[in-house]
Amino acid sequence: MLLRHTPKEIKERTALRVNPAKTCQPVGAMYASLGINKCLPHSHGSQGCCAYHRSVLTRHYKDPIMAGTSSFTEGASVFGGQANLLQAIDNIFTIYEPDVIAVHSTCLSETIGDDMNQIAAKAKEDGKIPEGKFVIHASTPSYVGSHVTGFANMTKSMALQFAQKTGIKEDHVNVIPGYVEPSDMKEIKRLLKEMKVKNIMFPDTSHVVNAPMTGKYKMYPDGGVTVDELMETGDSSFTFALGQWASEDAAKGLDAKFSIPFDVLDLPIGYKATDRFIESLRKNAGVTVPDSITVERGQLMDVIADMQQYLYQKKVALVGDPDQMIALTEFIVSLGMIPAYVITGTPGKKFEEKIKQITKDVPYEVKVKAEGDMFMLHQWIKNDPVDLLMGNTYLKYIARDEDIPLVRFGFPILDRIGHSYFPTVGYMGALRLVEKILERLMDRYDRDISEEKFELVM
Amino acid sequence: MIKVLDERVKQIHEKGAEPFDFDCDRRSTAGSVSQRACVFCGSRVVLYPIADAVHLIHGPIGCAAYTWDIRGSLSSGPELHRLSFSTDIQEEEVIFGGEKKLEKSLNELIDIYKPKAAFVYSTCIIGVIGDDVEAVCRKVSKEKGIPVLPVHSEGFKGTKKDGYAAACESIFKIIGTGNTDDVSEFSINIMGEFNLAGEAWIIKKYYEEMGVQVVSTMTGDGRVGDIARAHGAKLNVVQCSGSMTKLAKMMEERYGIPFIRVSYFGIEDVSEALYEVARFFKGNPEIMVKAKDLVKREISKIIPEMEKFRKALRGKKAAIYVGGAFKAFSLIKQLRYLGMEVVLAGSQTGNKEDYEFLREMCNDGTIIVDDSNPLELSKYMLEKKADLCIGGVKERPIAYKLGIGFCDHNHERKIPLAGFEGMYNFSKEVYNTVLSPVWKFAPRNRKHGGER
Repeated sequence: MLLRHTPKEIKERTALRVNPAKTCQPVGAMYASLGINKCLPHSHGSQGCCAYHRSVLTRHYKDPIMAGTSSFTEGASVFGGQANLLQAIDNIFTIYEPDVIAVHSTCLSETIGDDMNQIAAKAKEDGKIPEGKFVIHASTPSYVGSHVTGFANMTKSMALQFAQKTGIKEDHVNVIPGYVEPSDMKEIKRLLKEMKVKNIMFPDTSHVVNAPMTGKYKMYPDGGVTVDELMETGDSSFTFALGQWASEDAAKGLDAKFSIPFDVLDLPIGYKATDRFIESLRKNAGVTVPDSITVERGQLMDVIADMQQYLYQKKVALVGDPDQMIALTEFIVSLGMIPAYVITGTPGKKFEEKIKQITKDVPYEVKVKAEGDMFMLHQWIKNDPVDLLMGNTYLKYIARDEDIPLVRFGFPILDRIGHSYFPTVGYMGALRLVEKILERLMDRYDRDISEEKFELVM
Repeated sequence: MIKVLDERVKQIHEKGAEPFDFDCDRRSTAGSVSQRACVFCGSRVVLYPIADAVHLIHGPIGCAAYTWDIRGSLSSGPELHRLSFSTDIQEEEVIFGGEKKLEKSLNELIDIYKPKAAFVYSTCIIGVIGDDVEAVCRKVSKEKGIPVLPVHSEGFKGTKKDGYAAACESIFKIIGTGNTDDVSEFSINIMGEFNLAGEAWIIKKYYEEMGVQVVSTMTGDGRVGDIARAHGAKLNVVQCSGSMTKLAKMMEERYGIPFIRVSYFGIEDVSEALYEVARFFKGNPEIMVKAKDLVKREISKIIPEMEKFRKALRGKKAAIYVGGAFKAFSLIKQLRYLGMEVVLAGSQTGNKEDYEFLREMCNDGTIIVDDSNPLELSKYMLEKKADLCIGGVKERPIAYKLGIGFCDHNHERKIPLAGFEGMYNFSKEVYNTVLSPVWKFAPRNRKHGGER
């Protein structure tokens, strides 16, 4: 019982965080940066930050994750990190030859007041940025928001610092996929292709963090949105922003600067959210829905109908990022299940309101907490257990101690594979989620049911 | 061909090339994709296995999130060390100071878990905003009646090694506060052994069988109470080059306890680790007799099994990139025993002496690197046709992308690699990965008639 120290009795905590359901901004920024072709993410702070972010991303994707660091010293923390960053930019372009360096700040560089805009300008002025190469930057203080905020900030930076308007209206649209897996980004692109929507997707980590084994070490795998594409985002006719927390800022920024209309949608997790995404594409990109997509939807609905009896009224505890939780909670409700507890580490009152709205007709008093942690969730579960857990790998302690099946979902997943290759977005992604949920619930049923009631056919 | 930063040219050496003007023990150049971490990381990994203490990380959430249960230091009792505690500093505290939140967090933490001690780690930002962590710790310690120990581990204030030192300073404050009445005159502390996959248990069992009392295992299945009476031991046995030597020196100075440095990896080194302790207690010759019996018995248990591995692995090539150089020495010996050739050897934190020694151990043509990066590692592994890479979390996917076998000799290892049974486990793991049929499909083997 690894969590045997967790007491059942709930006492209010005002300061302490135990077993967090979030991490800090820079790792989200690093992940977003990896979605740019030939880009080296750069951590402007101490060496440890960069090592930790690379390690957690490496564990999650089982792929080499590259990033530079300004390697702050005591001197830098007193005199500012400008010299370190300038030297780093110089070294990186000389040795590692990326097209883009995407710099994100850390709590340290933010607190000592480094102005990355000014440092990047200085690098340009000093000739440290070769012709045709770029340095972009995002402010990502670790003491504000969460990894999702960092992802949003870097996504906004990559749009606004590259986008240009040539005045020629192109027939393409922007798609911001949100903080999702490379498999999800690829699936969204497949849907767009089926719908014949010409698009620029950013960031796009597919084929970057799930690169094939080639026998060679490739510092910059083939995937990622290119610099040219990012520049063209200013000419797009529309922006689809998936996930309010991760993508809205970038869409709004593009609208403010280039008057590009946008639609902020939920992540297309589950059939309702996917319906809305497809509908928005139809309306705002002026396309028709092909039969192939209607068939996919029908197949999903068919499976749900076949198996609904095993899902009905099952209680689930959900932990993850706000955008994911909102769409997933809606999906869970639509399956007839009960999202008993919903937790995200990312602060924001909006989240709680939205979940309450989604669950208002659920026959259970749903508990939701934006600034929650896994300790709190465990206490809730001790007082009133659930049938299923859904969330990242850190839920495995609760799963083991309380003997509750777990569907791994979100970030980070440190102990299983699949998330890099099998999406959870779109109708096919929803089908995969249903399959995973059913497998866990039905395996448990088969394990626990008495011998005389054990059935062959289910 | 890859480029190497001018500043790094002297941190790479091919044995045989002269002169040996090797550079190390320096800070990583800004912009370098280094595999290194920070001061906080150093402190955290050393103190982490003290399982009946709480480890509160004072700073924004990241530092606590990334170090949550990532090291397989096993505990035979409490599991407090496997939880993640943070003050989760917000913008408000960055502006107005985090002392109040720290104090509240500590009080809440101690009330919930009733630990034997609390460690409070300062992260980068705490050093900048200037919280008086010492004062808060003193106050809470007085109120709660347990040691509350600040760890000065601001990330930017040096390297991982400085983090080890900060951890030693904190542990040192506990030592000397416990009762040593029942400590025998043939007693040791096991230091720098983190009980990864239960390794400290194996080593402890050996010493106890020899008739030597183990007072404290300090940082492997560690307990505050044992550390408190560690000053009663007559000898400190230190493993791992970087992390604990400082504490051993402090204990020598304050309590007059001598120390020896050992390694538990490989038949040769682990035998020597036992004999050295036996030699130290020469007043009791029985200890040496028992040590010899033990070594003989354990070796005869594994040797017959080893032949299969040696036969299959003869002539295969290995690349080693580990944290401390001391481990590299043991690994080279172990790989040699298996008949393998070391084509690359490097560490994140080795010093001049270490590399001099490393060079002497290596054959001509072996690449020696300090503070290396993925580009260099992959280049040399391919060039030298390595069949095996030994490293940590960040090296693993690189090896696999190249289609090279891998053995984790860092904190993600799942089986004990120390002691005699550890040598068997290590050999088996190397055998399993190097001989795995999946590499037949690796691109590097296809052109040699491998399967398509």
